[in-house]
Amino acid sequence: MTALSARANRAHRSVLKATTAAMLLLMGVAPAVSAEGGPDATISIGSLYEPQNLDNTAGAGQGINEAFNGNVYEALFRLNDDGSVSPSLVKDYTVSEDGLTYTFTLQPGVTFHSGDPLTSADVKWSIERVTSPDSKSSRKNSLKPIASIETPDDATVVIKLSSRSISLPYNLSYVWVINDAAKDLQSTEDGTGPYALDGWQRGSQLAVKRFDKYWGPKPENGEVVFKYFTEATALNNALLTGAVDIITSVQSPDSLAQFKDNPDFTVAEGKSTTKLLLAYNDRVAPFDNVKVRKALARAVDDKKLLEAVWGEYGTLIGSFVPPTDPWYVDLTKVDAYDPESAKALLAEAGYPDGLTFTIDTPNYDPHPLAAQFLQGELAKVGVKVNINVITANEWYTKIYKAHDFQATLQEHVNHRDIVFYGNPDFYWGYNNPKVVDLIKASEEAKTVDEQTEKLKEANIQIAEDAASNWLYLYPQIVVSKKSVSGYPLNGLNSQFFAYGIKKAD
Amino acid sequence: MLIAAAVLFLLLRLLPGDPANALVSVGADPEQIEAARRQVGSDLPIGAQFVRYLGQLGSFDHGASFVSGVPVLEEIGRRLTLTLPLTALAFTCAILIALPLGILAAVKRDRWYGSLISVISQLGVAIPVFWIGILLVTAFAVKLRLFPSSGFPTSGWRDPLAALHQLALPILTIALVMSASLLRYVRSATLDVIGSDYLRTARALGAGYGEALVRHGIRNGAVPVISILGIELASTLLGAVVVERVFSLPGLGSMLLSGIEQRDYPSVQGVLFISTLLVLLVGFAADLAQRLVDPRLRGPSGGRS
Repeated sequence: MTALSARANRAHRSVLKATTAAMLLLMGVAPAVSAEGGPDATISIGSLYEPQNLDNTAGAGQGINEAFNGNVYEALFRLNDDGSVSPSLVKDYTVSEDGLTYTFTLQPGVTFHSGDPLTSADVKWSIERVTSPDSKSSRKNSLKPIASIETPDDATVVIKLSSRSISLPYNLSYVWVINDAAKDLQSTEDGTGPYALDGWQRGSQLAVKRFDKYWGPKPENGEVVFKYFTEATALNNALLTGAVDIITSVQSPDSLAQFKDNPDFTVAEGKSTTKLLLAYNDRVAPFDNVKVRKALARAVDDKKLLEAVWGEYGTLIGSFVPPTDPWYVDLTKVDAYDPESAKALLAEAGYPDGLTFTIDTPNYDPHPLAAQFLQGELAKVGVKVNINVITANEWYTKIYKAHDFQATLQEHVNHRDIVFYGNPDFYWGYNNPKVVDLIKASEEAKTVDEQTEKLKEANIQIAEDAASNWLYLYPQIVVSKKSVSGYPLNGLNSQFFAYGIKKAD
Repeated sequence: MLIAAAVLFLLLRLLPGDPANALVSVGADPEQIEAARRQVGSDLPIGAQFVRYLGQLGSFDHGASFVSGVPVLEEIGRRLTLTLPLTALAFTCAILIALPLGILAAVKRDRWYGSLISVISQLGVAIPVFWIGILLVTAFAVKLRLFPSSGFPTSGWRDPLAALHQLALPILTIALVMSASLLRYVRSATLDVIGSDYLRTARALGAGYGEALVRHGIRNGAVPVISILGIELASTLLGAVVVERVFSLPGLGSMLLSGIEQRDYPSVQGVLFISTLLVLLVGFAADLAQRLVDPRLRGPSGGRS
């Protein structure tokens, strides 16, 4: 008995010893992240949005815009972080009197990462990729007015339109200019940006390195590594332990406390364009009745919901337009929280005893929480809500494509997307001919002022019609190490320009 | 294997959703959606899709991912270089922990530490893997800063020490969970052996307690434990799905999860096919090992109980 226990103990102890030795050995290895700063620093950016492939016309997801827009690929125009649009690969451009012919002169001396020079043929090819039948770009529709593209010489591109399109420069900011000789764009790239792709490990990270022959100003860092996470907690831990320098957008307020109270980190709040909304199927009863929609808007205390989800962060909105869009008007007073008048309106609409409907709720945050909140709020005015949880993939089939729903919760991330309310075939089926006309006319406007006026009017109209129930605007929160600065705050359209990011020594 | 493939195929198609949805985003028009469906073949009737799939299986071609366009087998091969070592190392650690402790717990079952080991292992079985992972990260990565909290170096195994350093916490997580259940099997197998007639006979013939246990006990006790090991190894492979997610590791498990989320059928079918193959291989290896250890199992009659 004693003999064996001694033996077992010894065996046990030697295992322990071996394990301890191994642990010590492993701990001795320096972490693989380089901590050095300066002009050649490596910046590690932590993100939850890994691109599925590297082609933004092949369903790569928002992650590719984050990593590549303005970093690896440039367009004729750039959407700046403040929402303005400025020329990028275009040096100069003129518009004909009738607004139907745009003549662009390209920047001289621009080279692709492969070494080929930029020519007008590349631009033509790149635009036609987005408008081609195979393109999965969500921007394809906005380029419909393009009737033809001509290339009179290597430095000139002439775009002829079938109707005026005041947003053409803005819309072109989405069109990557790619070398027309490039192959296999799903896993390689050939752009003109300040960084070239330096390796992509699927499921883990994507690295881009400074491109020495870049035509514009030299980036403030030498290399940028996007590290991808599937769990927000893992991402936060990575920042806490120094494995990443920046988190592009924090998705839950609970995690902010650990950074806010810590002098090693900077918490910066920018302006987002991500809206959370309860979208009704305006085609079907009872949501084809404006009074019902207005009643439901009044029945929900958006402020309470925003506080529940985001604490002190985020913004209340009265319509689909965020404050960064030029046609923003403060519409939070339209159908403001007022449960008593909500009940009265419901009775007026023919539902004195309330009604019942189902919200198709995407299964990821914050939708389930918001659905439960709505369930509670609407119960107070006699409306019974059933919650049907679905996946993001099902959402596309059931709601986006088949329009088979009563109401759904969804976050809409895009900038300038009020135009969706001008499309009666869109999933929510809002159809007010006045708004359709206004939105169409705004695109054909002669001046930006005219466009803004028209869209303001449309904005007010959709709010008056309570076309959907706009709950709140997400905050856009970037957290970084104290030593890191110069990153974009607003991240419009998921872009994250990395060339200005500095890391102190 | 064929039946498994067919069942898998059907179950995947029963999930609501469409692989084409992963390719489009809000703003796409109906023609774009139809084009995406044509591209991935989800516009075909289910029978035609199955015939197509069988044809591919026959030539051991798993096709390319709908979403990334990368051949599925190539991607699986890359990801196995993480998942296989992770599983193997975790498995080895688990055995190193479970064997001595399990035997100790059986032999010293009437001492306080013998019972303590049993109680802890019981607890370990009840705790979910991801929770242990989160605890370890909080303690060793966030508080003590000894190990990285997640990820895997780009250089892969070319720098084995860095890779091991990075994988230390995931390995420990799986090893802890696995050793908890393994320990209980080792303990009960040891208890059986201790109470057996042949051990008493051996001692009656003059062998010491320890000697008898080592010469006759281990071999006898090993047989049931090996079959459990086979099952455990297979389940570790699957447990890697959860662990890879907690630690953001680009392994087979994370490929499976994102494949399911996006209805990327070729990826999901490929991963499940390969992992079924691996599980079968492990089972076969366990069987062989049992026969090596126990000559009674080797006879042509295969007299297994």
